[in-house]
Amino acid sequence: MSDKAQNTQTATELPPDPMIKGDDYAEKYGFYSAEAAKNYFLKGGKGLSHEVVENISRIKGEPQWMNDFRHKSLDIFLSKPMPNWGDTKLMGELDFQNIYYYIKPTEKSAQDNWDDVPDYIKNTFDKLGIPEAEQKFLGGVSAQFESEVVYHSLKEDLAKKGVIFLDMDEALKQHPDLVKKYFSTVIPPSDNKFAALNSAVWSGGSFIYVPKGVDVGAAPLQAYFRINAENMGQFERTLIIADEGARVHYIEGCTAPIWSSDSLHSAVVEVIAHDSAYIRYTTIQNWANNIYNLVTKRAVAKKNATVEWVDGNLGSKLTMKFPCVYLAEEGAKAEILSVAFAGTGQHQDAGAKVIHVAKNTSSRITSKSISKDKGIASYRGMVKVYKGAEGSKVSVECDALLIGSEARSDTYPTMEIHEDNVKIEHEARVSKVSEEQLFYLTSRGISEDDARLLIVNGFIEPFTKELPMEYAVELNRLIELEMTGSVG
Amino acid sequence: MSNYILQIKDVHVEVEGKEVVKGVTLDIGKGEVHALMGKNGSGKSSLSNAIMGHPSYSITSGDVLLDGVSVLEMDPNERSLAGLFLAFQYPQAVPGVTVANFLRSALMARRNDDKAMRTFRKELYAAMDALEVDHEFGGRYLNDGFSGGEKKRLEILQLSMLKPTMALLDETDSGLDIDALKIVSEGINNYCSAENGILLVTHYQRILDYVKPTKVHVMIDGKIVKTGGPEIALELEKSGYESFQPELAEVSG
Repeated sequence: MSDKAQNTQTATELPPDPMIKGDDYAEKYGFYSAEAAKNYFLKGGKGLSHEVVENISRIKGEPQWMNDFRHKSLDIFLSKPMPNWGDTKLMGELDFQNIYYYIKPTEKSAQDNWDDVPDYIKNTFDKLGIPEAEQKFLGGVSAQFESEVVYHSLKEDLAKKGVIFLDMDEALKQHPDLVKKYFSTVIPPSDNKFAALNSAVWSGGSFIYVPKGVDVGAAPLQAYFRINAENMGQFERTLIIADEGARVHYIEGCTAPIWSSDSLHSAVVEVIAHDSAYIRYTTIQNWANNIYNLVTKRAVAKKNATVEWVDGNLGSKLTMKFPCVYLAEEGAKAEILSVAFAGTGQHQDAGAKVIHVAKNTSSRITSKSISKDKGIASYRGMVKVYKGAEGSKVSVECDALLIGSEARSDTYPTMEIHEDNVKIEHEARVSKVSEEQLFYLTSRGISEDDARLLIVNGFIEPFTKELPMEYAVELNRLIELEMTGSVG
Repeated sequence: MSNYILQIKDVHVEVEGKEVVKGVTLDIGKGEVHALMGKNGSGKSSLSNAIMGHPSYSITSGDVLLDGVSVLEMDPNERSLAGLFLAFQYPQAVPGVTVANFLRSALMARRNDDKAMRTFRKELYAAMDALEVDHEFGGRYLNDGFSGGEKKRLEILQLSMLKPTMALLDETDSGLDIDALKIVSEGINNYCSAENGILLVTHYQRILDYVKPTKVHVMIDGKIVKTGGPEIALELEKSGYESFQPELAEVSG
């Protein structure tokens, strides 16, 4: 990557130990807070209608333009058919009327003092280690529980520099003009059925504005999304704007309890990097295996701006996520680095999309997928270079690792190149954990399970090394959970 | 309890249904260094791989005892924990796994105790210094893009850190220039003690100038055709393997 994360190892330092044993998902992430559920301030019925949309908008006290936007979006959602590509079977099992579209966990809006968050919610985030991470290295934190952000913080020095980091609802109240200027400009409701759904019922998510020349890169801003209820639908809406020359690193994490019936997470994330700005967006998704994760993420990079999606997809029943960068002006750069892990009963349909519109733009896509047992990992990629985007560079690398004879990996790379003067590189590889590698490691006393885990962690190392140390350790632990097959 | 560290008893080895080791018997006592010499394809690497438990090399008859205990029912990792070690002729690359993490995992499998791991870094650096290996080595990916010489040094680095009781060194000398050969030989000599044994598998007499063998065995076509002292290696150097061929004819005839 063009900009190394701040705590990338120097050569002589030893990397973190990847072999730390974790508890299983159910205990560590998959717990359910019955207390929080008992105390919900507001939980509507299941199902989707204009009435539900109206209620959400009214509870939030929104301006009329947003209210109109929601209703119009619902019409688009209702009129659009389900996608006829991808895993149509799993998508077909999704019942939109069996979902709670809005749960408000507490009466108050997001607190900026951790002590003011009710205990029955705090317990969950304490257990997930959020306050600890905040103290250690984050520049700001946002914690969303069901539909609403319950806690929010931003370091004082960043606030003084004019950085805005709020939940989207609060941003709409405090900075209505700024929100209105950018909201839905990158992803219109008509983009796809799930973007329309999110536009109709969105709640929570992050709003970030970094003023000209301000650098937030050293202390990442983090948002954590927690689903607690069964059949929950979480529809956060995130908008990140880095003004000229600004730098920001945003990290999101997410977990949920393991329920026997499905929940839906469908976010819309819009990212705008103005001239010479730098935005890195890191996701460590760790959903329980009953979650449908259907997310639309897109960025616009202006002149000499850089946008990086670092996307780790673990868990979920079906993930469909193709982070996109629109290279709108000369010299813009995109890096999309992703890892997907699919075990039995899971389909990770992930990839990347880059649109080269301007001269001398460059993109690099690195996709690593691991399919284990009956898991399916698909890489779906689209690179488009418009006529006139001369001097542009494209590099796509897809690596799939299969574990077990029934594991499946599919690759759907699409390239549309309408300009001759471009440099295109494309590589795809499918490999298996080799017997020779296993023998080499086990001959040193390492058990076969640990050896396999080492090889898998090594396989995703190009991804892991881009993460701040704490997340790298966490990711290795999550991979271990997946490898031992203890996830629901 | 036996005085032998390793006993190879009439071992036959098959690879893909083909017999490549045709009855080898060899006893290695404590403090002994045995050289097993032979041309490519003579079965010496197959023998070492089979003893370590490579799944493609099956021992169809015979037995292998480590400290008097048969290892044939053990998995490779159990054989390692029991004290066996194989320095590979062609060490595998494992991209993304650093040398340090790999070694830490191998030691953890032995100690399984965070406290005992506190000295890891110190031990690693000391072992690296002894082999004139840069500390940066610890952060590189296991055998990934290593030169032949670097790979062999890493094998000996592992030997010195894992401290097995019985080391099988499979052509550890090949691909080394004379300086590297001296350093690697020194590493092997440092490992030698009255308590452990070495089976040095090699083509050439060269390494035996630095690592003095107790016994030398010559292997041709899956069988040991001659056993004797270091003088055999010199004889080989002079007259080549062909001179041992008639003896094979005698044995098998």
